[in-house]
Amino acid sequence: MKRLLIAAIAASIFLPAPIVLEGQQAKPWEQIPIPPLHEFKPHQPTRIELKNGIVLFLQEDHELPFINGSVLVPGGARDEDPAKTGLVDLYSMSWRTSGTEKMDGDAMDDLLEAKAAHIETAGDEDSTALTWDSLKGDSDQVFALAMDLLFHPKFSEQKLRLAQAQEATGIVRRNDDEGEIAGREAAKLVYGADSPYTRQPELSTIAKVTVADLQGWHDRTLRGKLIVGISGDFDPATMEAKLRAAFEGLPPAQPAPVRHEMFGEPKPGISFIEKGDVNQSNVEIVGLGTDRRNPDIPALSVMNEILGGGFASRLFQKVRTELGLAYAVGGGYGFEYDHPGIFRVAVLPQSADTVAATKATMGEISGLITKPVTDAEVARAKDAILNSFLFRYDTREKVLRERERLEFYGYPADYLETYKAALEKVTAADVNAVVKKYIHPNELAVLVVGNQAEIKPPLTDLNLGEIHNIDIAIPQPGPAGGQPGAAEKKQ
Amino acid sequence: MHTRVRAAALWLAAAMVAWAGATAQDLQSFEKRITTKVLPNGLTLILCERPEAPVFSYSTFIDAGDVNDPSGESGLAHMFEHLAFKGTTEIGTKNWPAEKIALEKVEEADNAYEAEYLKRVGRDPQKLAELEKAFKQAQADAEQYVIPNQFTEVAERNGATGLNAFTALDETVYFWSMPENRLELWAWLESGRLADVVPREFYKERSVVVNERRMRTDSNPQGRLFEQFVATAYVAHNYGRSGVGWPSEVSQITATEAMAFHRKYYVGSDIVVAIVGDVNPQRDLPMLEKYFDKVPGGPKPEDMTTVEPKQFAEKTVAIPDNSQPIYVEGYHRGDYRDPDNFVYDAIQDILSNGRVSRLYRSMVRDQQIAADVESASPYPGEKYPGLFVFYAIPLPGHTPKEMADAIHKEIEKLKTTDVTDEELAMYKTRTRADLLRGLADNQGLANQLAEYQTRYGDWRELFLQLDQVDKVTKADIRRVANKVFVPTNRTEAWIETKADVANAPKEGGAQ
Repeated sequence: MKRLLIAAIAASIFLPAPIVLEGQQAKPWEQIPIPPLHEFKPHQPTRIELKNGIVLFLQEDHELPFINGSVLVPGGARDEDPAKTGLVDLYSMSWRTSGTEKMDGDAMDDLLEAKAAHIETAGDEDSTALTWDSLKGDSDQVFALAMDLLFHPKFSEQKLRLAQAQEATGIVRRNDDEGEIAGREAAKLVYGADSPYTRQPELSTIAKVTVADLQGWHDRTLRGKLIVGISGDFDPATMEAKLRAAFEGLPPAQPAPVRHEMFGEPKPGISFIEKGDVNQSNVEIVGLGTDRRNPDIPALSVMNEILGGGFASRLFQKVRTELGLAYAVGGGYGFEYDHPGIFRVAVLPQSADTVAATKATMGEISGLITKPVTDAEVARAKDAILNSFLFRYDTREKVLRERERLEFYGYPADYLETYKAALEKVTAADVNAVVKKYIHPNELAVLVVGNQAEIKPPLTDLNLGEIHNIDIAIPQPGPAGGQPGAAEKKQ
Repeated sequence: MHTRVRAAALWLAAAMVAWAGATAQDLQSFEKRITTKVLPNGLTLILCERPEAPVFSYSTFIDAGDVNDPSGESGLAHMFEHLAFKGTTEIGTKNWPAEKIALEKVEEADNAYEAEYLKRVGRDPQKLAELEKAFKQAQADAEQYVIPNQFTEVAERNGATGLNAFTALDETVYFWSMPENRLELWAWLESGRLADVVPREFYKERSVVVNERRMRTDSNPQGRLFEQFVATAYVAHNYGRSGVGWPSEVSQITATEAMAFHRKYYVGSDIVVAIVGDVNPQRDLPMLEKYFDKVPGGPKPEDMTTVEPKQFAEKTVAIPDNSQPIYVEGYHRGDYRDPDNFVYDAIQDILSNGRVSRLYRSMVRDQQIAADVESASPYPGEKYPGLFVFYAIPLPGHTPKEMADAIHKEIEKLKTTDVTDEELAMYKTRTRADLLRGLADNQGLANQLAEYQTRYGDWRELFLQLDQVDKVTKADIRRVANKVFVPTNRTEAWIETKADVANAPKEGGAQ
């Protein structure tokens, strides 16, 4: 404690001895020639829209003897029945492990793994997916199996129970890791605890899910607009014929229902979650973000780069490099494709530095207003974004994934090009205008997860008002609920 | 059941034919695309042409890591890695000659402070406070010459992506990807920090590293468990020491020590730089040689003498913790040059790779006592004899003891009954496939080429090792299982949840 005190005083009095500095010495790296970049046009996949609305993407890539495929299915965790939160997790786990009428999941494992091939299923916030990959020579057989699983799954009671037990493990362990708690609870502060984007599976909600629910979910979502992507070492005409045969006969895809979600700013102030077994704090400073259709996105991206992108950002320079207060610090104004993201800045200081690090971090957020961004900062940020832009499409696989994403959210196929062109035009005035429009330090919510006994000075020194303690105890299911894990116990 | 297995075996035979062809072809195709050059200072450059897009990725592989930290200085190699982002005499400074003098004063002030701080008898608190004050003042004086993060800023402005580094026990690796027209700029940056690094902002960076330790180890239940597990398994070798460093040691590392580590280990013969992407050896090699020639030569540092003595008693660590139970156990095994290296790989694959694996089927699917069970080998490093590790996450209501019993049962089977032909063939097929799949990514390939060149003296071993994979037999697996998986060679560690923390609501917890 004594050493800390000295350090705190020291920080305020150690001014450098006055000397004369003649700017920077020579910059040898600026003499190094940068020739024009080799000409490059990203290889676009062939897009085929079937009469029923289903979209196919074919991306040839003959470098290695593999063929990969995926089917993206609209509808995900945000669309599930709140009383059965966790359904999509359980669905995506047991879809593949259950298998089909013709071949159960275990037999499929044996067959595929012997060929080093894979068929997997996954669930996300807004979609589920079936993916497969194999050596070229096995691809017909693996494709047939994947289509069998897509169109004729047979959900198994036993595999659902297995998935429930695994989900339950995640639930009872969700408070073990400080960072996981902080990320989850910070999102709840923004969207609300019951929002489709933050509500969490509980032992009671996953116990309610039945095999009929999984089948119902499958039948319903498969009627949506599927997006099929194939990449690898195939003949395009043969592949197209094969995909048409599999998908052309399906009924017209139903449009995704219009979403009617309300988003508001979080309640400003400070919340705290006690974690007695750590020696550092996870501090999250959050507010509501925006979505990608917002025309201010290019300027916001440049602002993010200046605030928290990389080693040269204001947060990194101040909190990590200058003050040495944290290893991890960063964040920015978030945007999602079809709903508002989160403005989120996080810092992980040792417990005793919690107040100092939080102040320094909030200072950099407010600093966007009080120290307007300069032309030099904007030039640096734009260079960093634009010179690395290439890495969004430097492999055929990445180009394919990007096209699928744009298709899924209904963005134009040339989105990246127009986005890049807009980024090139961003000026310091544009950035300062979005700072003014979107950065409201007094409206942000602060969450600290940490070890209260070690946080000295205390959080009250932040002067953010009354500290709201959040209880993260995991609800135990009532007697009627029945815990899936426990139900399997032999004792 | 029988039909299925036979069918699988048939497909497998067909697949193996295709694989063998594919791999030989790949080695040939890579022979044509790869150029290797050893510079007079001993540094090896590897260029792999993959001009799919106008980009390149690189990997600088230093054959030294935290296993080489001197006694009392655990965490030093990692600390140095952080220093390598701080610039050189040419970048990151407003005035190097003046900064150099200021940094020497920082070092003197730190030495004086540390000498007083470490006094067992007669430490004078007032003197200590004064010395600390002087140390802080010296740092403040030096800081005025610094242009913070200029090295990384120049890299990022020029499109560096995935810019990072890691320090393992065996090695330190630096990497990023960039547009191809920045190759020379990159060569200037990278060779500069290898040859010409300076102890800039060292002491502030030290607090950053201590915070990294807090995040990865102290505040993470798995981090705490694995640090104790490895520390218990080893009695002599540095593999038992905390990689990120024990708090008392990492917080006392000095810039002088870090620079001495650099002088000893960052010599050409200890460094391989692999570049994969839109490069052209004829055009680029002369330029690269010009820059990387600056790296000091010098003998390959002598290897360590310590050999972990044979374990002769089972060891256990039980950690009462606020978090949910986790079980881990490990057995001492040979290093990566051990003739049985690929037998260990086969065992790991058969026991724990995916849903077909024995441990998954036994513990997750059939008994339903674990959410996940894995094995890893070798751990925590491969250069020296490591451990064959098993790791299990019990389902709610199940205990570490049940994990141990179930794992031991599977191990016993391995000792007494041969694995099936299908299992062994599956291991071989999957190993080939993983190798091929890994070739598609510039950064992954650069890392692998640099690693194999360092570990075997020839990147071709990446492909040639498949011969050894093919030679693994069922008898090998039984022999190795019987040799290694014995209780006296075992260390077990687990987290057991403290009784009083089972989700009790917090005192004062408001709504």
